[in-house]
Amino acid sequence: MKKKTISYAKWGYIFLIPFFVVYFIFSFLPLIQTFGYSFLDYVVSQGSVKSIRNPGGGADTIINNGFCGFENYANVLKSDGLFTLSFKNTVVLWLVGFIPQIIVSLLLASWFTDIRLKLKAQGFFKTVIYLPNVIMASALSLLFYSLFTQGGALDDLLGNPVLLTKIGGARGIVGFINFLMWYGNTTILLMAAMMGIDTSLYEAAQIDGANPSQVFWQITMPLIKPILAYVLVTSMIGGLQMYDVPYLIGGTAGNPAGVLKTLVSQIQLGKNSSIGAVSALSVLVFIVSAILGFITLKIMDDQSIKTRYGKKKKK
Amino acid sequence: MAQLKRFLAGTMALCVAGSLMTACGGSDDSSSSGGSTASKSGDSAAANSVADVSAADTEKLTEENVGKKYNIYCWNTEFQSRFETYYWPNRDEALWDGVEVNWVINPNDDNNYQTKLDEALGKQSAEGGDDNVDMFLVEADYCQKYVTSDACLDVIGEIGLTKDDMKDQYAYTQEAMTDGNGTLKGVSWQATPGLFLYNTEYAKQVLGTDDPAEVQAAVADWDKFAETAQKMKDAGIFMVSGFDDTYRCFSNNVAGPWVQDGKVVVDPQIKAWVDQTKEYTDAGYNNKTSLWDDAWTAGQKIDGKVFGYFFSTWGIPFTLLPNTLDKSADEGGEMAEGNGGYGKWKACEGPQAYFWGGTWLCGAFGSDNIAITRDIMLKLTCDADIMAQITETEQDYTNNKAAIQKLIDAGYSNPFLGGQDHLSLLSAAAENINMNGKLSPYDQGCNEEFQGAMKDYFTGNAASYEDALATFKTNITTKYGDLSMD
Amino acid sequence: MARIEGIAGESDSRTQIMVRRIIAYVVLVLLVIMSLLPFYLLLINATRGKVQPGIQFYPSTLFFKNIGKIFGETYKAYYGSFGRAFFNSVFVSGLNTILSVYFSALTAYAIHVYDFRLKKAIHTFILIIMMVPTQAAAIGLYRQLVNMNLTNSFIPLTIPGIAAPAVYFFMIQYMASSLPLEIVEAARMDGCGEFKTFNTIILPILKPALAVQGIFVFVGSWNNLFLPQMLLDEQSKKTIPVILQIIKANIASNPMDADAGLMNMFMVLAILPVVVIYLLLSKNIVGGVSLGAVKG
Repeated sequence: MKKKTISYAKWGYIFLIPFFVVYFIFSFLPLIQTFGYSFLDYVVSQGSVKSIRNPGGGADTIINNGFCGFENYANVLKSDGLFTLSFKNTVVLWLVGFIPQIIVSLLLASWFTDIRLKLKAQGFFKTVIYLPNVIMASALSLLFYSLFTQGGALDDLLGNPVLLTKIGGARGIVGFINFLMWYGNTTILLMAAMMGIDTSLYEAAQIDGANPSQVFWQITMPLIKPILAYVLVTSMIGGLQMYDVPYLIGGTAGNPAGVLKTLVSQIQLGKNSSIGAVSALSVLVFIVSAILGFITLKIMDDQSIKTRYGKKKKK
Repeated sequence: MAQLKRFLAGTMALCVAGSLMTACGGSDDSSSSGGSTASKSGDSAAANSVADVSAADTEKLTEENVGKKYNIYCWNTEFQSRFETYYWPNRDEALWDGVEVNWVINPNDDNNYQTKLDEALGKQSAEGGDDNVDMFLVEADYCQKYVTSDACLDVIGEIGLTKDDMKDQYAYTQEAMTDGNGTLKGVSWQATPGLFLYNTEYAKQVLGTDDPAEVQAAVADWDKFAETAQKMKDAGIFMVSGFDDTYRCFSNNVAGPWVQDGKVVVDPQIKAWVDQTKEYTDAGYNNKTSLWDDAWTAGQKIDGKVFGYFFSTWGIPFTLLPNTLDKSADEGGEMAEGNGGYGKWKACEGPQAYFWGGTWLCGAFGSDNIAITRDIMLKLTCDADIMAQITETEQDYTNNKAAIQKLIDAGYSNPFLGGQDHLSLLSAAAENINMNGKLSPYDQGCNEEFQGAMKDYFTGNAASYEDALATFKTNITTKYGDLSMD
Repeated sequence: MARIEGIAGESDSRTQIMVRRIIAYVVLVLLVIMSLLPFYLLLINATRGKVQPGIQFYPSTLFFKNIGKIFGETYKAYYGSFGRAFFNSVFVSGLNTILSVYFSALTAYAIHVYDFRLKKAIHTFILIIMMVPTQAAAIGLYRQLVNMNLTNSFIPLTIPGIAAPAVYFFMIQYMASSLPLEIVEAARMDGCGEFKTFNTIILPILKPALAVQGIFVFVGSWNNLFLPQMLLDEQSKKTIPVILQIIKANIASNPMDADAGLMNMFMVLAILPVVVIYLLLSKNIVGGVSLGAVKG
């Protein structure tokens, strides 16, 4: 019996080969290279072209002053450095979208699963709220830009406050677009978690005379905690990658007042020239996301690792 | 599996290369900024198949052409449409005896076009080849980068145009493309002088006249311009639409380029634009719009509450005209007075001569189809008949004094501008454009980032000019890592 | 049940539920309007002209003219044939999707079914890299692909789908809930080879999960601009989002060929297949998003 298991184990490794070969080539190597660049004083001049007629000699566009230790890191981590500014912005922009998203999603999910409410046409609602997720983020951003730009339909409706030029307004609009794209997804995830709750718990609460908000806070919330954590962290990861929406709304300058500059938009800004600095920024993004990844893992530890793979369970 | 091996081999090589790169530190001697070897046309002529063919001898086109594919790099379809309408009008006929034209279009946002072009030029083989770039286009904002490089063929020495072929081109279009050794690196089919376009109804209402000469007197310099702006404001009309409208007037009249010795320098003229725009914004002379926004566009309606716009030649037919119509041509709108603002705009010189835009054609070193390059350049930038035709049909101001003069002499009048002959104004303005010593390879990024950063100052999101300038500094030194700023 | 409600005060509870129901419907209807508004505006804009000042809420007359433009000669000369770009996008997204769901399922299967020493470490590793954004390695990636001569190639747009940690994560969660190991053992008894077991017995069981992740990966890949824009120069290789970028570039820098109506029609045509696929599969998706995540 034991022998048999061992002979099968090799298949486990074999089936993992494609994943790791591809990961190694297309993700790991570039990451290593980016890591290497982050310790170099390395700049590509955008003001000249490499000599074609004299390929060996002549001027080069690459200015590589070699190893510079943690200088790039020190620079981007300065109080007005690329990381410091854009990290704060990214977090704020993410929160502005995520907070309404989680509130609305919780509300919708609890309505959809409420046995007494018996909402009709649930299939329709669930399908439609998910729909914005399939549009290109850029198409959505352009539409909202033209709605809120000076003289745009909604701007006129609001009496021309030109929200796009206000710090709060611009953040709000970016947050709203992110909200619109993701609230359907979150709702469905939370709903599924709520459906997994034993209905007898609700019935018992009812007998005790609990009101809906008590039921929600004292029964539903504790029981969906793991999935809530999952939603939170995956959303954070998505937030870290935020780029096209703020870029299309605020341009490279991240107007107004640079609050729409995100981590990835700074990588984009310098990717053709400030290779060293932007690589350091990339590595920091990597570290932050790996830490978040680790936290998710801890939160979901019980379900996904220990019980299933840590020790053998008899079925 | 073979593919996989190739991958692995490639990545191995990469690892080695990567470790080498990290290891070899002190290669700082290779530090370069721009001014590479402006190679003498002599050494390279041999590598190319340019013989002493007379320029007009286009019959030899096919004999000289080795390559079967002619690659043109550009960032939008503007030149392609010129090419297809005026160079290759009969699409049924084969072009150049079977040589195929291949457009490689990469949009320019985030410097994407330049990155792609540089990548392609870097792979250019001196022996020629169908993958080589044959022709590429550049804009004023970064043409210097290519002018100072050896990627461009010498228009005279290598491509084979003569000074006589190009005698009718505006001097500035050649100066901009001439390197430190006096070698011409590119030519253009257009000149892009700018004018001040004004709404005649508001002119009559506030100034009591819509006559171009009298309106010009009211905007002849920035002081008068501001006086008129105050009058407009009293009548509930904005003098200009937004922040960026007057920018080119100032940025084209700077004393020195954006970048000097690797340092970003804000010219007094640029600073003057900031001060003026801040003043106008606070005084309510503008509608606080940004270029191309909906509100900026809406101001071009005849009742749009904006007195005037600074437009270069192309802006008149392609931007102002469609924006001011009530019913577009597609929707069956007639191009005649009565359709929105048609016939109700006029042009005057404005307070300061300026230009806006401009595209140049460059032949690429390593091209094996130089005869085709010569032929395109001759027909689309030198041929007076074709140029006159372009100006007449497209209303694009072409780079040919003789052609323009011919049209003016024939009594040119533009119905969109109420019958005004704006070519005369443009032609005078074009003579005044001087680009000598005002361009740097980094202008595109500098202009973009500066305008973006200053917008915060105008809207009040940045407390002071200094704050906005600090933002500009961070952005520009990230975008161009080799630059610094005090 | 009835007795319970009776105790709590029947009429009181009923009106309360009624009120809550009304609130719920009002909120839902508002959200539906919000969610459909972008689609509606896009459709309206696709019926409008070259210049589109401001938003308009009623259709114009140029719907067919704009469609005609996309399949016309000028369009073809400028942007290449629409059919070609469409085909490229279908090919790239389709292949990427197939590779992604197949190999993620295989990877998850390896971890789920077999026992080997590095199992836990590998699972942990994949979950951690799941969080790393692709942009973190973008700088190194471009140079590497250039060195490997993989520009203008569909390989870097499809093959990396084989290593998709997020899809793997979903798959393994799904397997934990719906793939009893007894099935595998039964197949072994029958003398079925390991690889064959996976292909013929396991994959059909995973169908719902494959469908759900399939549409996610497809949508992501269909809308992806980042890598294709970086790599594709040849017109015949360009995908839909890359072409859209050129149409946009004309709007920004070439007023003569700027055509907002054309651009919006293009976006409508580009979104259409995804919406259709989504609506066809929506039952699976709405039901299936939760499959993996929850039951873990």
